[in-house]
Amino acid sequence: MAELKLTDVAKTYGGTVDVLKNINLDIKKGELIVFVGPSGCGKSTLLRMIAGLEKITGGELQIDGQVVNDVPPAQRGIAMVFQSYALYPHMTVRENMSFALKLAKKSKAEIEEAVNRAAKILQLDDYLDRLPKALSGGQRQRVAIGRSIVRDPKVYLFDEPLSNLDAALRVATRIEIAQLKESMPDSTMIYVTHDQVEAMTLATRIVVLANKGIAQVGTPLQLYERPENEFVAQFIGSPAMNLLAGEITGTGAVTTIKLHGGGTVKSAAPTRDSDMGLQVNVGIRPEDMIETTGEDYAFEGKVNITEALGEVTLLYFDKVGDNSAVIGKLPGIHADLRGRSVRMAASPDKVQVFLNGQSLYYR
Amino acid sequence: MNPALQGLVTIIIGVGGCIAYFYFSNQFLDKVLLPAKSKNAGRNINRANLIRPWLFLFPAIFALGLYLAYPVVATLWYSLTDRNQGGAFVGFANYQRMMAEPKFWEALRNNMLWLIIVPAASTAFGLLAAQLTDRIKWGAIAKSLIFMPMAISFVGASVIFKLIYDTRPVDQNQIGALNALWLQFDGGIGSFLILRLLPGALMISAAALALFLVYTNMQAIREKGAGAGSALRAVLIAVMAFVIYSTLGLAYGAFTNVHPYGEPQTWLTIPGWNSFLLMVVLIWIQTGFAMVILSAALRGIPEETIEAAIVDGANPFQVFFKIKMPQISGTIVVVWTTITLVVLKVFDIVFAMTNGQWETQVLANYMFDKLFRASDWGVGSASAMVIMLLVSPILVWNVYNARKEMR
Repeated sequence: MAELKLTDVAKTYGGTVDVLKNINLDIKKGELIVFVGPSGCGKSTLLRMIAGLEKITGGELQIDGQVVNDVPPAQRGIAMVFQSYALYPHMTVRENMSFALKLAKKSKAEIEEAVNRAAKILQLDDYLDRLPKALSGGQRQRVAIGRSIVRDPKVYLFDEPLSNLDAALRVATRIEIAQLKESMPDSTMIYVTHDQVEAMTLATRIVVLANKGIAQVGTPLQLYERPENEFVAQFIGSPAMNLLAGEITGTGAVTTIKLHGGGTVKSAAPTRDSDMGLQVNVGIRPEDMIETTGEDYAFEGKVNITEALGEVTLLYFDKVGDNSAVIGKLPGIHADLRGRSVRMAASPDKVQVFLNGQSLYYR
Repeated sequence: MNPALQGLVTIIIGVGGCIAYFYFSNQFLDKVLLPAKSKNAGRNINRANLIRPWLFLFPAIFALGLYLAYPVVATLWYSLTDRNQGGAFVGFANYQRMMAEPKFWEALRNNMLWLIIVPAASTAFGLLAAQLTDRIKWGAIAKSLIFMPMAISFVGASVIFKLIYDTRPVDQNQIGALNALWLQFDGGIGSFLILRLLPGALMISAAALALFLVYTNMQAIREKGAGAGSALRAVLIAVMAFVIYSTLGLAYGAFTNVHPYGEPQTWLTIPGWNSFLLMVVLIWIQTGFAMVILSAALRGIPEETIEAAIVDGANPFQVFFKIKMPQISGTIVVVWTTITLVVLKVFDIVFAMTNGQWETQVLANYMFDKLFRASDWGVGSASAMVIMLLVSPILVWNVYNARKEMR
């Protein structure tokens, strides 16, 4: 129910070690923003800075237009769900959920109503008088979420809430969180995860963090289809996007690139005449590769290993030149391609072109 | 023989004997008694494995039986006999004689005071020290300093405190820290602030705290209605009412008592105060123990629950009392009962400092007095049984809680 604005936010430990710098981000009311990034990229730190558990050492954080850099966590109007649930082990579910309201000196009737409402939403009605140790992992996670809901916060913060659950429960709880968001369209949520699937399925917008800063902000499909840089291109999607070195040989609305491995490829990324002859990296997702027999191919290589997953087959090609090993993903079963030389092509709008790591689509 | 050499020989014989016992008894079992050979090999191995635990347990069981179980039974028997009549059975006559002695009741009353004050003060100071030293840079140094008294024997500590409480004639330099301090007071404004206002204010705030506890517990009773919890709370309210009464009385005394300024005091001979001065020694020692255990427990609290409480809006006091304390309550109980056991057996400190004179007698010292000075094995054993009776329930509870903590 609130807007967040981060301006040049930075985190430095001990005055020397930069963890995050130049974080600029506008979060609109009702968005579910997901922070993703490799481990150690500072995504949890950023969340904890928004929560007020870590000091903001540079820049400004605004919630609803008010600068909250020095406002204590409880007065920021945020609620946080922790990775380990962080339930108070000596309190029943009801006491866990009402703790914040009691501290806020809410009336008994108010507390009762808020707790019951949250319990109903999360189907915890039957467990209100149990201690956390008598609950399963999924139930504990719901109590942790319930503890946030009762406070009716402006911003919900989730710190890898599903990483302690097993695979099946993770999917179920992910869907529950999506439904919860649906039922509270006005609430703003920030969600930290290292799991791409969670990010892609839950997010209104994804923030990819890398190298102490933001690599790209965009909707899940923007990040997938038009990554701004090589890092995002390789981070989103599994297996990672193939990067092939090449040289621009034709410019215009459609760019032609001659790859060092042999083939040529066309990309829908526009180029100027002056770009002729530039050394670039071409990015093609494994699933966008098409098997071809014609002369108009991007890549030709010997299939080293095939992995038949049923719905798709992964082709691991032998290394060609100094490119990293190329991976292709073809629909259906193609176990017979192993050991054969195969030509792959891709349609121009699926082909990314990176100059010095930055995508030409965004130039 | 040189004593050092004697010690060495003892160690060699003791340790060597243990090793020899375990080695040869196992050899005997496996090679002679139930050899793993011939057609009965499988059966013999199984039987040997049934017997083996007892081989290892035997030395401990034997020693415990000889030095613990047998003395308990013997003491019980002695307490029912009279030495002067050649060890004849006299029933509960010794107990009756003991009950008739005012010194016994003094010892019992003092033991109760020790029992309440020392574990409470040690645990409270230990918890305070644990919480405060965890947050500061030189906490490790502070911790080692607070823990150090644990390495001093009770008698050694008593000697140290005897020097602190020492008294010299008024025209000489006071070597006792307490008297040196006392002589700084002259009845002026400083004396009023420190000797009247400070203790008076402390007592009044203690009374206020107790009143607050009464109030919150009454609220709780009204909320939760009748039940076992409410009965406990009612008892607590009664105790608190007594505390309020006594603290207010002490506060009144703090403002009205006449102090003999300028005269060195023989602290250990002032009845009423001297018991507390003895307790200080044990508190000084046990605080380190409580601090170390509680500090480990505090570190075991998941950091995220504390952060969650901060996000929920708890201030540092609420975090400590509502989140941290309840999570380590089990450890607090274990520490409390462990110190209680030490206190019930307290002997060395009283023996070394006052020997039970001036109304400082405690049960253990009373027992020692009767058993070894008055050579009255009847009353001596009877008082030993009283101590055991007092220790047993706390011991059982302590073991129960410690096992619960381990799980």
